[in-house]
Amino acid sequence: MAISKEQVQDKLSAAFGDNILAYSEPYGMLKVEYKATEHYKIVRLLKEDETFRFRFLTDLCAVHYPDEAGRELAIVTHLHSLENNFRLRLECRISDKSAEIESLTGLFAGANWMERETFDFFGIRFTGHPDLRRILNVDHMDFHPLLKQYPLEDSSREDKDDRFFGR
Amino acid sequence: MVEAPAGLEGQGFFATSLDKVIGLARANSMWPLPFATSCCGIEFMATMGSNYDLARFGSERMSFSPRQADLLMVMGTIAKKMGPVLRQVYEQMAEPRWVISVGACASSGGIFDTYSVLQGIDRIIPVDVYVPGCPPRPEQIIDGVMKIQELVKAESLRRRNQPEYKALLKSYGIEVE
Amino acid sequence: MSEQSIYGEEHIKEEGKQYNTLNLGPTHPATHGVFQNVLQLDGEIIMGSEPTIGYIHRAFEKLAEHRPFYQVTPITDRLNYCSAPINNMGWHMTVEKLLGVEMPKKVDYMRVIVMELSRIADHIICNSVLGVDAGALTGFTYVFQWRERIYDIFEQMCGARLTTNIGRIGGFERDFSPKVIGMIRDFLKEFPAKFDEFEGLLLRNRIFMDRIIGVGPISAERALSYSFTGPNLRAAGVDYDVRVMNPYSSYEDFDFIIPVGTQGDTYDRFCVRQEEIRESLKIIAQALDNMPEGKHMADCPEFYLPAKQDVYTSMEALIWHFKIVMGEVELPSGEVYHAVEGGNGEVGYYLISDGGRTPYRLHFRRPCFIYYQAYPEMITGQMLSDAILTLSSLNVIAGELDA
Repeated sequence: MAISKEQVQDKLSAAFGDNILAYSEPYGMLKVEYKATEHYKIVRLLKEDETFRFRFLTDLCAVHYPDEAGRELAIVTHLHSLENNFRLRLECRISDKSAEIESLTGLFAGANWMERETFDFFGIRFTGHPDLRRILNVDHMDFHPLLKQYPLEDSSREDKDDRFFGR
Repeated sequence: MVEAPAGLEGQGFFATSLDKVIGLARANSMWPLPFATSCCGIEFMATMGSNYDLARFGSERMSFSPRQADLLMVMGTIAKKMGPVLRQVYEQMAEPRWVISVGACASSGGIFDTYSVLQGIDRIIPVDVYVPGCPPRPEQIIDGVMKIQELVKAESLRRRNQPEYKALLKSYGIEVE
Repeated sequence: MSEQSIYGEEHIKEEGKQYNTLNLGPTHPATHGVFQNVLQLDGEIIMGSEPTIGYIHRAFEKLAEHRPFYQVTPITDRLNYCSAPINNMGWHMTVEKLLGVEMPKKVDYMRVIVMELSRIADHIICNSVLGVDAGALTGFTYVFQWRERIYDIFEQMCGARLTTNIGRIGGFERDFSPKVIGMIRDFLKEFPAKFDEFEGLLLRNRIFMDRIIGVGPISAERALSYSFTGPNLRAAGVDYDVRVMNPYSSYEDFDFIIPVGTQGDTYDRFCVRQEEIRESLKIIAQALDNMPEGKHMADCPEFYLPAKQDVYTSMEALIWHFKIVMGEVELPSGEVYHAVEGGNGEVGYYLISDGGRTPYRLHFRRPCFIYYQAYPEMITGQMLSDAILTLSSLNVIAGELDA
């Protein structure tokens, strides 16, 4: 039983009204932008709805847009409805001054490590996460490396001369 | 078959110097510790397999315990998180011990000039032979092992007591009793 | 205590009881890759486990933001390095989706052959190493020889054995030569018999079956909640395969089945991978037999290096060559998500481009990272030696785990 983009859009607009900011369809995948306060509720509605059944969390990550003041960090969630073969992208923005958002671990067990990785790379705190700590980097690292202001290289290394490496 | 060292031969006896015999014995029975972290580890598995067969060179028994290994083969990227583990493994090895750094990542950080990768294991442990490549072909790894064998044959018996060696370990901060 | 009761009992940690702590450390002969598990043991039974990863974190996502689109391909090689061509093809398809370039059928079929060969190579490693961990070294030495044959084929195609960097954005650098086609046909002719020998050593072997049936089970609901994909999910009973659900690269033209298990235990995972190797052999045979005529690249000169004789004679081609090599191509801005079926499941590429030389953000959806979270749940209540076999059968590749 296939569902259409219009069905999803109508249902979400009916349930959340102004909290949905925009719909778009880059490269064939429906993308929903919404206010960050509704993060858990939207994902729960999509998961528990009997027609949609978005019960597979494909991925959760973040993107840093340092130039957009007040909405620097984007949290992108990809959901997949296996029965309907429908993929969906959800995006919400938060400010990097108070980078907090609800955790999805109550809905998907797989969100645990995805959120830990997002915290490790961007510093976003997921409220309600059972065990939010760094996962890939060393525990005593004091910055969140994937933010745009940090360089790729370890700035304290002395064996490589930046002049020869094009930096 | 390996070549016999220079010596006096007679009816039922062969006389040569002790360090040559021990060097020969050590070189042809190196027990490696495959410290395989990433892609070079898969090329090592191919080297160990029947096509390239590292066991011909005496490395029949892979020791995963550092206390029973002669040769520490570091294959793959060493991240900064892994550095203390590698150091601990090296310190647990008993003398005589040699280190071969296989692959570009272990030798110098490789293509990963990033905040999380150790730019070469020789920042934390002394290395004897570097094998470049990404990943090196099995023939190159075997060439590296053969170079180690040359080093081992020529090594003095009491290297651990020599002042240069002690100074080298001291420069890495490795304490030896 | 009968064998049944160990797996049926509830193992709850008691307050005040001291458990043995064992470090299944980053350097361990049986964990194929560097990840650590600190286990709490009650005798031989595992009561709890705490995994730590990141020992080979190489910052791929940050690295990709500094490299032009061509230079990202070697990074994707090092994700799941046992089946590197699949990652390469996935990345090329992602960029082609961003550019909106259609591939000719011939390129699709060539890609299918390369991807299925690397899938066979990946599953060969997993299954033979599962045998090694159970003590059966012979299977490994028999079957690794065939992985060398696959390496020879890749070397003939692109020059490298393991980290292949094969193909280009827009197709392949050269067509399959008759020698390559001959080598693939020889492989297809000779491998199935030897593979049956390998299977005969292990599949119905009493000791092997006793060791891995009922070990490390996971139910389909828990697997879906943990976002499992690939053979591990199919062993639990869910027939989700990206090649069938969202076909890419003309997979809809091929006739193959998706093998599915029932219990999600180690034996099911072993059997699913065995069957997948057979299905891959079928797909490669179909692709070779039905290979369409055409060019081995798409017509997108701004992104695909022009032929050398044109570079030396035509001004346009020279400029394109220069721009492509220096990474000064203009790409559209947009965001795209593309997924391929890798050796371990759905490998996803989420690419955000802002029109610049390098990706603005590239996120890899790595299946190993996502399903390894379920490992503590799968081994609680099992014995220590079972935990080792479960880990082998999950096929956790450290490069994909940490990126």
